[in-house]
Amino acid sequence: MATKILDLPEEEYMLPGNRACAGCSLGIGLRHILKALGGNCIFAVPASCLTVLGGMYPTSSVRIPWMNVVFPSTGAAASGLAAGLKAIGREDITVVAMAGDGGTADIGIQALSGAAERNANFLYICYDNEAYMNTGTQRSGSTPIGARTTTTPAYGKRQHQKDVPKIMEAHGIPYIATACPSFPTDLYDKVKKAVGKQGTRYMHMCAPCPSGWQFPAKDTVEMGRMAVEVGAVILYEIEDGAFRLTSRSKKLAEQGGLKALRDYIAPQGRFKGMEEETIDHMQAWINRRWQQCIRRDAEGQA
Amino acid sequence: MGTRDCGQKSAMSSPCIGEAGRTGDWRSTRPEFDPAKCLAVKAGRPACFQCWAYCPEGVIKKEVGSEVDLTYCKGCGICVEVCPSGAITMIPEPEEE
Amino acid sequence: MTTTKHKVHVLTGNEAVATAAKLCRVQVVAAYPITPQSSVVETLSKIIEQGELKAEFVTVESEHSALAVCIAASTVGARVFTATSANGLAYMCEQVHWAAGARLPIVMGLANRAMAAPWSVLNDQQDSMTMRDAGWIQIFCRNNQEIFDTFVQAFKIAETVHVPVMVCYDGYILSHTVMPVEIPAQESVDAFLPPYKPHTILDPAHPRNLNPVTLADPRRNGDGELCHGYMELRYLHQEALLNAPAVITAVDQEYGKAFGRSWGGMAWGYQAEDAEILLMAAGSLCMEASVAVDRLRQEGIKAGVLGLRVYRPFPKKELIEATKNAKVVAVFDKSMSYGNEGPICADLKAALYGSGSAPIVHGYITGLGGRDVKYRHLMDAAKTSLTAANNGISTKASEWINCQI
Repeated sequence: MATKILDLPEEEYMLPGNRACAGCSLGIGLRHILKALGGNCIFAVPASCLTVLGGMYPTSSVRIPWMNVVFPSTGAAASGLAAGLKAIGREDITVVAMAGDGGTADIGIQALSGAAERNANFLYICYDNEAYMNTGTQRSGSTPIGARTTTTPAYGKRQHQKDVPKIMEAHGIPYIATACPSFPTDLYDKVKKAVGKQGTRYMHMCAPCPSGWQFPAKDTVEMGRMAVEVGAVILYEIEDGAFRLTSRSKKLAEQGGLKALRDYIAPQGRFKGMEEETIDHMQAWINRRWQQCIRRDAEGQA
Repeated sequence: MGTRDCGQKSAMSSPCIGEAGRTGDWRSTRPEFDPAKCLAVKAGRPACFQCWAYCPEGVIKKEVGSEVDLTYCKGCGICVEVCPSGAITMIPEPEEE
Repeated sequence: MTTTKHKVHVLTGNEAVATAAKLCRVQVVAAYPITPQSSVVETLSKIIEQGELKAEFVTVESEHSALAVCIAASTVGARVFTATSANGLAYMCEQVHWAAGARLPIVMGLANRAMAAPWSVLNDQQDSMTMRDAGWIQIFCRNNQEIFDTFVQAFKIAETVHVPVMVCYDGYILSHTVMPVEIPAQESVDAFLPPYKPHTILDPAHPRNLNPVTLADPRRNGDGELCHGYMELRYLHQEALLNAPAVITAVDQEYGKAFGRSWGGMAWGYQAEDAEILLMAAGSLCMEASVAVDRLRQEGIKAGVLGLRVYRPFPKKELIEATKNAKVVAVFDKSMSYGNEGPICADLKAALYGSGSAPIVHGYITGLGGRDVKYRHLMDAAKTSLTAANNGISTKASEWINCQI
């Protein structure tokens, strides 16, 4: 049974007055992730915006134990936490690795892949703001085609984004899900489900970024919703190999499909001046993925 | 008195509200609630709570007649956008003396 | 303490390392194979799979991840162990710094190997030296018994001073050579080495955020208490290393009382008391130097060995004392601080500067990339240095021994 907003726990583990930018979607996401975890967890966090949100010594913005780790090592550090906790008899604590798209898709993918191949016992959450936001919006492997970043300043990125959940699926791990803070109950339910499983669990959370994507801070939630409406982000989960669309993406599949990509691109400064041809490329890329997801969802029903 | 007295060998932070200081000072506009339009107030029982759920800072209480902690509200305006009944508006902060 | 249960085994250096890790009851092991360290990983895997040791073996995909696992597991309170060589250590580099800065009592075995390029799997000590400034304790071993004993000591040292320890032993020369090694009974090791109690807190009941961004200046916590800035934390780290020699020496002596063997603490001498010339080195080269000294003595030359056991922290006080009566010290480095001279030689000179009793110091570069070092080479070098010193030549450029350019 899907959780409703009214039923989300009141308890907060992320504290106000933290260092995140105004309107940062990570704050919304982290709040609900922590509510789902209920405090009995340990985080491994590499260099990222989340480090900034977590706070500077000697004060912390979170009421959970948290270990900062070097940039490429999140998957390995989480493996170490899991191994250490097993060794000292504290397997009741959920190990959570949380990293950005740079720390996951790019510099961290080796350690993550190694850990997933070993089926190390932790939940990995990538929050994907689609560029290296913490260092000033440079392109990442997860930046979409056409997006201007400080390292793709003139024409925008020329390649499609890397499909990390698909890479993770190739490891045969027990649980994979995508999510977006604009759909907090979907996010909450997926974290809850992930906590109940053993082995490597991977979640990929879209994280709209007002400064990097260049839209007004008030529109963060709307931007995440639009990402799902146009299919730039597709909400699904893969449980022991079984694929199923969830939440709004499931409804979109049932109710006749996606909105046009242009509705999503127009309000974002990073896509300003994007060439028609590039928009068409991105639309075609989205359509292909969407059709694949619909097909897989139907197979799962059958 | 030096920092040796804190007794730490390595950097270990403790939880603290306002880690980045009074982040309410970042704001140029503040959210104002019109209880007459708030669905929960009108219903007289817990309802809606979209503003609470979507606040990135966690400064809105999950209560009927939601209160905002203006000490830390960064003024992003997300609550205005997610409110289904138009009960919240952003109003300019008064000019500092 | 009784020694009746102690048994003598014939072990390679790598097997001595794995056996020590077992008897120290390490709880988490993470290591990636690299020549010449690989048989440490293999032996430990076997020990754990056979149920002789209850530990988590994390078969990581790289050395970088190996130390990441150790850092995390050590932080939650598990006793951890890893081992590597050369490029593996270089790949760990940022983690090596992190482990030290986080003040974690990790113990690492380093089967010393030359750094590429070009590839060489053979021995020198360049790998240790590239990490000398990371803030670890570095101990060099001269034989397989010392490797075993030093590992047991290393956990005690690391867990006392909260600084990680790198136990360095020469690749192939020790890692793959069998020697008799006396292995104490588990109970005696347990009595010597109590369980690990971490200083780090990583527990949901007491949430802490470990090693976050730390500002240049001290800052107050939520209770208004003034806490360290980055520089204060680094000062405490240096202070711990400066205080470490007393602990290292005490642990070595305590080990001697318990097991009948100690290894000289920070540095040791052989025929050194009345020596005019001291042959100084670290690791297995010291054994070759001992042979050279015996021969030199037969020729009527008052020679002795000055064995450097601990390279970091550098034993300044001990070395000043050990060299005060010598005319000349010939330092044999198995590594190079490129653009300068051998690192041990340079550090000895710095230690002696201004001490008031400084002997002449000559540097020799030897054994790079596995080049064989014979006692004859060391004897020739010693004679060269002694002659030069007798002729009043106090400084000379580092000489590369047996380099056929």
